[in-house]
Amino acid sequence: MEKGAVIKYDALKAPRTGNWRYLYPEMKKEKCIGCGRCVSFCPEACIELRKEKGSDNKTVKNKARVDYDFCKGCGVCASVCPVRAIIMKKSE
Amino acid sequence: MNKELNRYLASGHSACAGCAYPAIVRTVLGEARSPVVIVNATGCLEVTSTLYPFTAWKSSYIHSAFENASATASGIESAQKILFKKGKIREKAKIVVFGGDGGTYDIGLQSLSGALERGHDFLYVCYDNGGYMNTGNQRSSATPFGAQTETTPIGKEQKIGKTQLRKNLMEIVNAHNIAYLAQANVAFLDDLKMKARKALEVKGPAFLNVFSPCTNNWKFPLSQYVNVAVLATETNFWPLYEIEKGKYKINKVISNRRPIEEFLKTQGRFKHLFAAENKKTLEKMQEMVDEEWKKLSANASV
Ligand SMILES: Cc1ncc(C[n+]2csc(CCOP(=O)(O)OP(=O)(O)O)c2C)c(N)n1
Ligand code: SF4
Ligand code: SF4
Repeated sequence: MEKGAVIKYDALKAPRTGNWRYLYPEMKKEKCIGCGRCVSFCPEACIELRKEKGSDNKTVKNKARVDYDFCKGCGVCASVCPVRAIIMKKSE
Repeated sequence: MNKELNRYLASGHSACAGCAYPAIVRTVLGEARSPVVIVNATGCLEVTSTLYPFTAWKSSYIHSAFENASATASGIESAQKILFKKGKIREKAKIVVFGGDGGTYDIGLQSLSGALERGHDFLYVCYDNGGYMNTGNQRSSATPFGAQTETTPIGKEQKIGKTQLRKNLMEIVNAHNIAYLAQANVAFLDDLKMKARKALEVKGPAFLNVFSPCTNNWKFPLSQYVNVAVLATETNFWPLYEIEKGKYKINKVISNRRPIEEFLKTQGRFKHLFAAENKKTLEKMQEMVDEEWKKLSANASV
């Protein structure tokens, strides 16, 4: 134990909690309506909305994207998604 | 990771998969418009965010013992006042305390009461998961009637679980005549956001009591905290309301409240209540919920 040490947050050292996972959320991009419900309820704050081009290659829409380094596979996102765009699958 | 949501509490913490409080902490702090100093009583949030030699906190953070989170907040606020007066700091930070229900309803209640009465400028947020969860699910004065915990087990003689009613902490805090307090629920984040904004704007003490389901000890599947929490409000078990300068306001009036069984049956801690011998207990619990709701509605209608 260091005396008087200052412990700072370090993104590089942050524990990669993705290794807790035994199920993983598979994102059905074409179904996602970009509502953001999964984003705010995810306990790991590891979902982002990213602007992505649609299949017509013109329209730009918000789509949820998961950072699997931190996702613990709880399935909360899948349970709150209003259009079932997230399916929990046995781990990769 | 999501940069915006990682502003105060970062990914990489070790709360159980599917825990509710990270969303509460991030939603409340997301409304801060000045720098914050976070004070944290012992409990799951503290233990899972400060695993030595790591920290998940990106702002100033102080962990104090169970009894004295509010006393610590009082000290910081007073020190800031003096430093500001002496011109040693140019801006005052907002002090936000987070405590579990054990740390708030029970062990830290005296220091919370003292800080409220002295009128320190701080926000206290209780995430209420209805028990001492970090040490393995002992009952607290926030544990609901009928819940099975490690210290209110079911056995040959004891068929009900906890036999006492929950303490009404909102009324206790309200008795200090503070400017703003509110009850919120993690399932309703827009409502929580609105309340956090109001509470952070108050000069002086403010208090939020936020419903925070615990997958591990309430015994429901990892993915279900939002659904369990929705039912708590839709059955009137956990009404959403605020008390602003003494005036009550119910934020979500449930026109057709669901039977309490719908909330109870989602959780293993209430499983024994569905045995034939506990039929009367369920009826009693429904009466208790309806009675509490009547009292609250009466307060809100004056
Ligand atoms: C004075 C004291 N008594 C007991 C403990 C052991 N202890 C650590 S965390 C904890 C449970 C905290 O419960 P709560 O405040 O409800 O928060 P939760 O763990 O549920 O988030 C206990 C009993 C302690 N740290 N200090
Ligand atoms: S499974 Fe859980 S941790 Fe992973 S993205 Fe969904 S809500 Fe977040
Ligand atoms: S024990 Fe309960 S409250 Fe504590 S981290 Fe796990 S789910 Fe959250």
